[in-house]
Amino acid sequence: MINHQLIVVGGGLAGLRAAVEARADGIDVAVLSQVWPGRSHSGAAQGGINAALANDPEGHDDTPEKHAFDTVKGSDYLADQDAAIQMTSDAPGVIFEMEHWGCPFSRYDDGRIAQRPFGGAGYPRTCYGADKTGHYLLHTLVERAYQRGITMYTEQFVTRLIVHDGRCIGVVAYDMTKGGFEAFCGEAVIMATGGAGRTYSNTTNAIISTGGGMAMAYQAGVPLKDMEFIQFHPTGLLTTNILMTEGARGEGGYLINDLGERFMSKYAAKAMELAPRDITSRSIQTEINEGRGIGGKGYVYLDLRHLGAEKIMERLPGIRDLAIHFEGVDPIDEPVPIVPSQHYTMGGIDTDVNGATQLPGLYAAGECACVSVHGANRLGGNSLLETIVFGRRSGAAAARYIQGEPGGGAQAAAAPSAAAVQEMAVAVDRLASGAGSEDSYAIRAEMTTTMKEHFGIFRDEPTMRTGLDTMLALKERSRHMTLRNKFGVFNLDMMRTLELEGMVDVALATAAGALARTESRGSHSRTDYPARDDVNWLKHTLAYYQPEGPRLDSKPVALGTFEPQERKY
Amino acid sequence: MPTATFHIKRFDPDNDDMPRYDEFSVPYETSLTVLDGLFYVQEHFDGSLSFRYCCRAAVCGSCAMYINGRYRLACQTNVRHLDGDVITVEPMPHMPLVKDLVCDMTDFFAKYEYIEPWLMRNSQDPEKEIGQTPEERKKLDMPIDCILCGACYSTCPSVWGEGNYIGPAALLKAYRFEVDSRDEARKKRLAHFDNEHGAYRCHTITNCVEACPKELNPTEGIQWLKRAAVRRRLFGRLK
Repeated sequence: MINHQLIVVGGGLAGLRAAVEARADGIDVAVLSQVWPGRSHSGAAQGGINAALANDPEGHDDTPEKHAFDTVKGSDYLADQDAAIQMTSDAPGVIFEMEHWGCPFSRYDDGRIAQRPFGGAGYPRTCYGADKTGHYLLHTLVERAYQRGITMYTEQFVTRLIVHDGRCIGVVAYDMTKGGFEAFCGEAVIMATGGAGRTYSNTTNAIISTGGGMAMAYQAGVPLKDMEFIQFHPTGLLTTNILMTEGARGEGGYLINDLGERFMSKYAAKAMELAPRDITSRSIQTEINEGRGIGGKGYVYLDLRHLGAEKIMERLPGIRDLAIHFEGVDPIDEPVPIVPSQHYTMGGIDTDVNGATQLPGLYAAGECACVSVHGANRLGGNSLLETIVFGRRSGAAAARYIQGEPGGGAQAAAAPSAAAVQEMAVAVDRLASGAGSEDSYAIRAEMTTTMKEHFGIFRDEPTMRTGLDTMLALKERSRHMTLRNKFGVFNLDMMRTLELEGMVDVALATAAGALARTESRGSHSRTDYPARDDVNWLKHTLAYYQPEGPRLDSKPVALGTFEPQERKY
Repeated sequence: MPTATFHIKRFDPDNDDMPRYDEFSVPYETSLTVLDGLFYVQEHFDGSLSFRYCCRAAVCGSCAMYINGRYRLACQTNVRHLDGDVITVEPMPHMPLVKDLVCDMTDFFAKYEYIEPWLMRNSQDPEKEIGQTPEERKKLDMPIDCILCGACYSTCPSVWGEGNYIGPAALLKAYRFEVDSRDEARKKRLAHFDNEHGAYRCHTITNCVEACPKELNPTEGIQWLKRAAVRRRLFGRLK
């Protein structure tokens, strides 16, 4: 058993920001990460991070209140308004802090941080470093974590929580480079493990975005909130779903159909290509469904050619490289074939504005959490912001909890930790016993295809009901999986089989929530219930884990500042 | 359906006496990256195959390997663009091994930490951003794109010859901060590269430039550090 006061699971932006904050409060923090922290999926973010700095001449009268309004409107009014206001008012301060720590933002001539227009935003509000903002922010925070002397355990694959006397006191992890399971115990745990994009076959997400933290909290009895809201990014590369930033449209890029039309004029005449992501993705999918994809096929073009080589090289060099390497297309010379792709999990572990969950001692921040600031549809540039704002807040809250309510310490944790490690060993033994016959990779393939085809951009009851039945059958089959190799270091077979159990549970929460919600709101677009229904559904979905499938409940949305209205762009 | 033949170096230091090569035939439709191929092998042929992965979009630095005799990111390498019928996949050479294609990066990151890779400031930070002109910011363009994949470190003969040499990646990181107009604690970091394990160990062989999958130029950064260190010694100033 390894002891630290605070265990942070995940070394992306949210986890590192939480760790840095708690460390500043004098807490002994350890970060556990499946990869070296600088390799986390936060680093794949491209376009930028929102804050009402009012640096752009066009945005000189921007304010955190206006940012909050855009966020709430973008969320289709499902965001908790107090949380959105908290995030947008914290935003300028945390961005300046990242800049003081060395983040290389792009600049205006006068030396201030540059800002670009993004979807659903009233002003150019998105601070950026070329189109590699996530990479720059992540490396800046990794550097700060080293500077603060935070203990980092890298290549640790966390498999479950340790709960004792109604408090979360640690986690069990597989040490990938040494082999074997070990307990990491403390007074509190912060989950910062990112999204669950890999439950879909058509995702922009990293291969490690498997919803592990969500699954562990869920299985420990903490509800997942609003899991039916899955964001499809309008512009993933056709063959790989790799992200082409919204910044490409922020810089003036066009979306073009087979007829050569800028078809967004039909769907969002004012905002055009900078409509929010839910609307833009539905528009693209409608063009495709109605036969106006390129050559009648399932994609449209992102056309950047009119921006010119100089602007593309300066502002969008990263996506140019990606398009060249992964699609064989240079955006300077040719339009880029793109398709809407799963991109973000709006839902997640139910938390308050300080990252606290219903389980004492367990906090969550970043994409794995649902505060909720994104509601039914997240605005571009708000996810990086969420990681830093709520990472910081959860780190501070966990520190206060540790300082205020000392638990039993290492002595009290010893017995439950040993039991939890033993249970993991038994679980792996059972998988490897040969009793099961199901191939986990076949289940994984069927799950990701089912989620893509039955819980995609447009949804209806019959399609989702079939999908839910398939997912329930996969859940049953996943009880009989077999493991070919239980020993050794870097045992991908074991890790990928164990992670699949959690992925199936998380995907089931999405499926059940989507089928139950009989309205269209934000990213959840039902052809059989095309209207938003504020009378019955202006509420959050809560999914509680049960072995046979989720039990659904709900909780109210925090309103009070912005009156819900029809969204027009 | 075309197939690609993967010739993969295998070695488990805990159980094997000698490395071996296993061969697998991977079918694909129109496009296959080396990383896709490794997953296909792991899922369909041999679950015990070990390799690193994360973003699959050439930004995280996890999957640097030695593919057909060159340093490449497995995720960024399409098999259709490789010469020959057989794709030989090996771990980055000259590195200790964890298993199969997974190198031990402990020393690499210890050296990264050694140069104190963070912005150092003495002045009170302003309420808003520290100003930086586009021209000052442009100096950072090259070094901030480093993904710390380790290819430059693995390929550097000076690292092979002198185990304490901190190597191109850590020095490029030092350069990144030294040229940052906001950085103020230059003397402190200078001590980490102005020594016998630091910048002077670079003999401008430029293997690192050739190996870098992000097409960066660590040698250029290291040469700048050498000049800065000499200037400091001669004139007592860095820039």
